[in-house]
Amino acid sequence: MQSDNPLVLAATGIDKSFPGAKALDQVDFSLRRGEVHALLGENGAGKSTLVKCLTGAYRRNAGRIVLDGVEVDPRDTLEAQNLGIGTVYQEVNLLPNLTVAENLFLGRQPRRFGLVDTREMNRRARVLLAQYDLDIDVAAGLSGYSVAVQQVVAIARAVDLSGKVLILDEPTASLDAHEVAMLFRIVRRLRDRGLGIVFITHFLEQVYEIADRITVLRNGRLVGTQEAAGLSRRDLIAMMLGRELADAADDAHGRAAAGAGEVRFRFRNYGRSGRIRPFDLDVRAGEVVGVAGLLGSGRTETAEILFGAERADSGTAEAGGRRLDLSSPRAAIREKFGFCPEDRKVDGIVGDLSVRENIALALQARRGWARPLGRAEQDRLADHYIKALDIRTTDREKPIRLLSGGNQQKVILARWLATNPDFLILDEPTRGIDVGAHAEIIRLIESLCENGMSLIVISSELEELVAYSSRVIVLRDRAHVAELSGERVTTAAIVEAIAATERAQA
Amino acid sequence: MNPRYFPLAATVAIFLLAYLVCYLQYPNMLSTRVIGNLLTDNAFLGIAAVGMTFVILSGGIDLSVGAVIAFTGVFLAVLLQSTAIHPLAAFGLALVITTAFGALMGAIIHHLQMPPFIVTLAGMFLARGMAFVLSIDSIPIRHPFYATLKGLYYKLPGGGRITLIGGLMLAVFAAGMLIAHRTRFGANVYALGGDIATAQLMGVPVGRTTVAIYALSGFLAGLAGIVFSLYTSAGYSLATVGVELDAIAAVVIGGTLLTGGSGFVAGTLVGLLIQGLIQTYITFDGSLSSWWTKILIGLLLFAFILLQKGLIHISDRRRRAAATVPAAS
Repeated sequence: MQSDNPLVLAATGIDKSFPGAKALDQVDFSLRRGEVHALLGENGAGKSTLVKCLTGAYRRNAGRIVLDGVEVDPRDTLEAQNLGIGTVYQEVNLLPNLTVAENLFLGRQPRRFGLVDTREMNRRARVLLAQYDLDIDVAAGLSGYSVAVQQVVAIARAVDLSGKVLILDEPTASLDAHEVAMLFRIVRRLRDRGLGIVFITHFLEQVYEIADRITVLRNGRLVGTQEAAGLSRRDLIAMMLGRELADAADDAHGRAAAGAGEVRFRFRNYGRSGRIRPFDLDVRAGEVVGVAGLLGSGRTETAEILFGAERADSGTAEAGGRRLDLSSPRAAIREKFGFCPEDRKVDGIVGDLSVRENIALALQARRGWARPLGRAEQDRLADHYIKALDIRTTDREKPIRLLSGGNQQKVILARWLATNPDFLILDEPTRGIDVGAHAEIIRLIESLCENGMSLIVISSELEELVAYSSRVIVLRDRAHVAELSGERVTTAAIVEAIAATERAQA
Repeated sequence: MNPRYFPLAATVAIFLLAYLVCYLQYPNMLSTRVIGNLLTDNAFLGIAAVGMTFVILSGGIDLSVGAVIAFTGVFLAVLLQSTAIHPLAAFGLALVITTAFGALMGAIIHHLQMPPFIVTLAGMFLARGMAFVLSIDSIPIRHPFYATLKGLYYKLPGGGRITLIGGLMLAVFAAGMLIAHRTRFGANVYALGGDIATAQLMGVPVGRTTVAIYALSGFLAGLAGIVFSLYTSAGYSLATVGVELDAIAAVVIGGTLLTGGSGFVAGTLVGLLIQGLIQTYITFDGSLSSWWTKILIGLLLFAFILLQKGLIHISDRRRRAAATVPAAS
């Protein structure tokens, strides 16, 4: 173990707030020389924010960063790079329109007589890449190479420029097993050279394969840092999903099996290759089906395929013996489906439109452009839902971007409720909103289902999921691997189900 | 072949094909005389197009070029008419003004985060307006030094002449190629055209480069203005309307991606020669309306935009194919 190695990077008490949200709260993080340190957490846990504070992409509100015994305060990524902190992102941050060699030496090209010495630059690029066992044509455009090669080029550039700390932000997300193995060989070699490596991923088996220590963040707080060797998968998952297994016993229940009703929607062998493996799913009227799983397990993919945002390429969907057309979101809306996506800023709200317009959007889409919704009707709808959902806004004509996260979420809910759906899919409905709004959204979910609506709710907040779901589907590796119902809907059982499949995979 | 050479190769092939067609119909067109005239007649446009190439490679656009050329012409004519200043000093002064003008536009684009289209559109109106303020008449330039400069040429075998301005244009193209492909500034221009945010992360001085790009375009527009004033021996504020669009056409036909990041200065030269060739053909024919030049250039532009779209589509599909293979396995 490298436990006696000196620290290369130590961050203490890092605070970062964004308007309306605290992204990091007193987070400590330390990195030793010659270790691979995995940084884990669900979406919104604060991993990227922490990395961005370390690399100067964000300015932290409080806290100290000590690099090699010297306190540093990088103002931007360039300064961090010069100090010795290099970063490689999931989306390769190189220029595809330049050659490999130009990407490696941009801004520091070797020159002769004032002109770039292309031959010397290519030679040095080949030498540099040879250290990574990469023998490619460095004079060819970067865009011609696979993501894995681009990733290695990015690492080579980052290490060559900085050389103390290397931060890998989900580098394996789009690589296949063979490419991951190649990447890990390189990471191990760099570790043995004494670099401190921060590794962010959501593939747990990769964490155990390569990490020496693990730090888990949740909701912007540090959950803990532990040696990878002494941490079981079960405990790790519990740390990530926010559940101490010790007190898991008392949270039993799940909603009473209200799902005694008729099966209203029936999906058989439903799936899309490369996105989510075919699954069977029955949803009854007045039932909430929870979907649990780690990040990247196929939760959002499940939602998208049910709503037609991704077209299924196998299986059937039926309601009351009739086949449903879910080939596009428009078709799904016609079948009385609704979908509140995970990232409402990107996929949900139209920021500059008013609350009223945002509420009327989906209903208008279903009616088609030829039958516009009258202004009086829109006003009535908006007023009704502002009151019914307690949306806090000064008036219905306020641009939605000025509302708080929880209220934006309610507007999106209102948008779908206005279409009077039979089937509503909510992807992380409580993400990034304050605690009070949490409770309101949960109450809302419960009352919707009492009114006979069928809901699918995706959430990484297990306690919440357990509170309102009558059944929970557990996902892992883009497949539905378990279904818990009735008595078995407990956070402990969900963690167990995720971990069990983890073990089966390992 | 590397796909990024496709557009350049297509341009060269079209040029050779067009010349062949011309030659078969009018064998006289394959003479050094025609080639010399081609260079002389398009010298000012070519010089401006080199600047435009840098701007478009960086993902921008410069609409002020034509107006700056006209301004330079009027400025020189007024200065030489009303003062005793030597033309060379006047040239220097004009270049300083137009370079500073370009740099100012670049600074506005960068610091105020304004789209180049709007900033250079404003620049276009401003430069054209300044030309009108100086004079609304066409002012002839009768300075003896002009006659001397116009008399300079290099005689080619076969009776053709590389005039001073034609040669200057070739020199500008050579310098442009060197700057684009063999300097750090050139690499930074391509980097900006690839992705500004990424370029910034990789340490490209975005602000300095943007200012330098538009300053270079301003400088070359000024130089084009000097060449145009030598070519016509006059300054007129209504001259060279729309030349920026001809320059953009030359750049795009030359195979440079309008979205930036990909293309070659040499391609612009070929694009320019294709435009000149069409004009020459119409002159030789004698019966065709000169508007056919515009129509053919329009068609060529369409063809090249389609070609670029096709190339982007192909490389996207290739990348997506490479990306989905691991997911499926």
